[in-house]
Amino acid sequence: MSLAYAVTDSRIMITRCLRRSRRDPEAFFTALMLPIMLMLLFVYVFGGELKDSGSYVDYVVPGLIVLCAGFGAGTTAVALAADLAGGIVDRFRSMPIRASSILLGQVAASLTRNLLATALVIGVGLGIGWRPTTSVWRWVGAVAMIVLFILALSWLAAAVGLLAGGPEAANSFTFVLMFLPYVSTAFVPTRTMPAALRGFAENQPFTPIIETMRALWMGHTSTGASLGHEAWIAGVWGVGILALSWAGAAWLFRRRFAA
Amino acid sequence: MYDIYRLSMPYTVVAEGIRKSFGGRVVLDGVDLALERGSVLGLLGPNGAGKTTLVRILATLVRPDGGHATIAGHDLAADPVGVRGAISLTGQYAAVDDVLTGRENLEMMAGLLHLPRRTRRDRVAELLAEFGLADAQDRRVGTYSGGMRRRLDLAASMIRRPELLFLDEPTTGLDPRSREQLWHTVRRLAEQDVTILLTTQYLEEADQLADTVAMLTGGQIVARGTPDELKSSLGAEIVRLRFPDVRAWRTALAAGGATRAGATADALIAEDADEQAHTIDIATDGSATRLRALLTAVAATGAATPRVSTHRPSLDDVFLSLIAAAHPAPPPRRAPEPVQ
Ligand SMILES: Nc1ncnc2c1ncn2[C@@H]1O[C@H](COP(=O)(O)OP(=O)(O)O)[C@@H](O)[C@H]1O
Ligand SMILES: [Mg+2]
Repeated sequence: MSLAYAVTDSRIMITRCLRRSRRDPEAFFTALMLPIMLMLLFVYVFGGELKDSGSYVDYVVPGLIVLCAGFGAGTTAVALAADLAGGIVDRFRSMPIRASSILLGQVAASLTRNLLATALVIGVGLGIGWRPTTSVWRWVGAVAMIVLFILALSWLAAAVGLLAGGPEAANSFTFVLMFLPYVSTAFVPTRTMPAALRGFAENQPFTPIIETMRALWMGHTSTGASLGHEAWIAGVWGVGILALSWAGAAWLFRRRFAA
Repeated sequence: MYDIYRLSMPYTVVAEGIRKSFGGRVVLDGVDLALERGSVLGLLGPNGAGKTTLVRILATLVRPDGGHATIAGHDLAADPVGVRGAISLTGQYAAVDDVLTGRENLEMMAGLLHLPRRTRRDRVAELLAEFGLADAQDRRVGTYSGGMRRRLDLAASMIRRPELLFLDEPTTGLDPRSREQLWHTVRRLAEQDVTILLTTQYLEEADQLADTVAMLTGGQIVARGTPDELKSSLGAEIVRLRFPDVRAWRTALAAGGATRAGATADALIAEDADEQAHTIDIATDGSATRLRALLTAVAATGAATPRVSTHRPSLDDVFLSLIAAAHPAPPPRRAPEPVQ
């Protein structure tokens, strides 16, 4: 019975968060337009310069997915920080509900929003000539990678939202996440970068995650490493960030609301 | 179990020795409080006295540094979930979702309280009508007036009739008409046998709504009783001396001030004084003897003769005299309308 209640509580919280994001016209518009605009911008404006072989859209889709997920996670952090700054969380906490459902609602809504943005990137990509693999298993692998990555970022966003003093502070997280893909293999292979940047780009978590998707969809990485190698590193990063962020968010939540 | 509790426990809240400090600053310094079932307690105190802190502690949102409390038969520390099942909190700032409509807000809260789906819609519709929000139910709460938000907040607290309802400064920031409306609503809830802990800075509000008033200042409850008891604790009549000028006012006030230090003119101890209006209020038993002594004492100070009027003590008078006693500085003037 109590588990059923916990499920109900979380479902209601998710509905609330999704409703809120749908009704924020500015954020909703940005979340929809960002993948489309970036795709068109990178492929048609920069793509001519940047591509070294094949179509640039074949190269850039995983990077855009990661970029949009970063933006989405920033939105989540801001939304949670804004909630905590208002009075409604106090009301929730004074009610006989699972307090954890407050966090679960935000994270699940974040996952939903970001998966939609991902689907949009994929749809637009396919529309303008992206030709990935047709192997079902490779698609399953790529989607699993995306879900793991988005889930990890969403919990990280929850932790940041709890840590930040308010929505403005949480917003700087968006900036960091939007910036990181540029110093990865998202838009150009690392071999075109200066040595210092290259070291960072090759060892930061976004790169193996992007390369795993790239290898699954297109059959080869941009780093020259094997799919197995990149997938293994990406998995460790994904699970590591997820576990740490989840534990961190839970701890921050309890510390903030010790009662 | 529940029924035995209802029959045998006359108190919905029993709190003893509640203490809380923030960063070394003591806010609550041993607060004792008891609320009889079905009563309305008005917790009065100036801004920053710790009213909200006390409410948040009793509503399980903040852990006290010391003391213990039982709420509706549940131990606050051992069974916070049980406490949450028995209370509703209407905080100082309306805790509703601005982006949702009024109806969506109530449906969300009803869902979280696990009202069966069948009854949920009916209950929400009933509350919207009862709190005068039926016409605005499909508008986003962000477009509501302050009074409407408050009413929605209160409606959310009444989805399931709580045993104890906290109302933290429910009318602060409302215009007089909305305030009247809200008072009306609170009275109706009190008639439905809901125990209410109401905090307020407005003495009139406590006078209007509360059966019992407790005054919180200096981290403690310094007085407690029915509004009438508290008023008569000050004496039967307040005598107001209105001096023709500030100099006379000062002279008389100084004589009264000297009394506190042990001098003789004890007839002149001021409960309240207003420099602008040149008035000094003095509590008396209403007897002619006392009045004569008072006027003799004024004459003895050499101050110009004041005009004299009398009135029954108000809660304001009690409040100000208690604060004056707790903070041995010049007594504050009539509290200005609080801002917030
Ligand atoms: N979370 C907190 N951290 C630090 N100080 C606090 C906190 N909550 C309240 N205070 C302080 O405690 C005092 C009492 O506050 P409060 O309970 O809100 O008073 P009231 O509701 O009577 O106006 C104030 O001085 C306030 O600054
Ligand atoms: Mg307060």
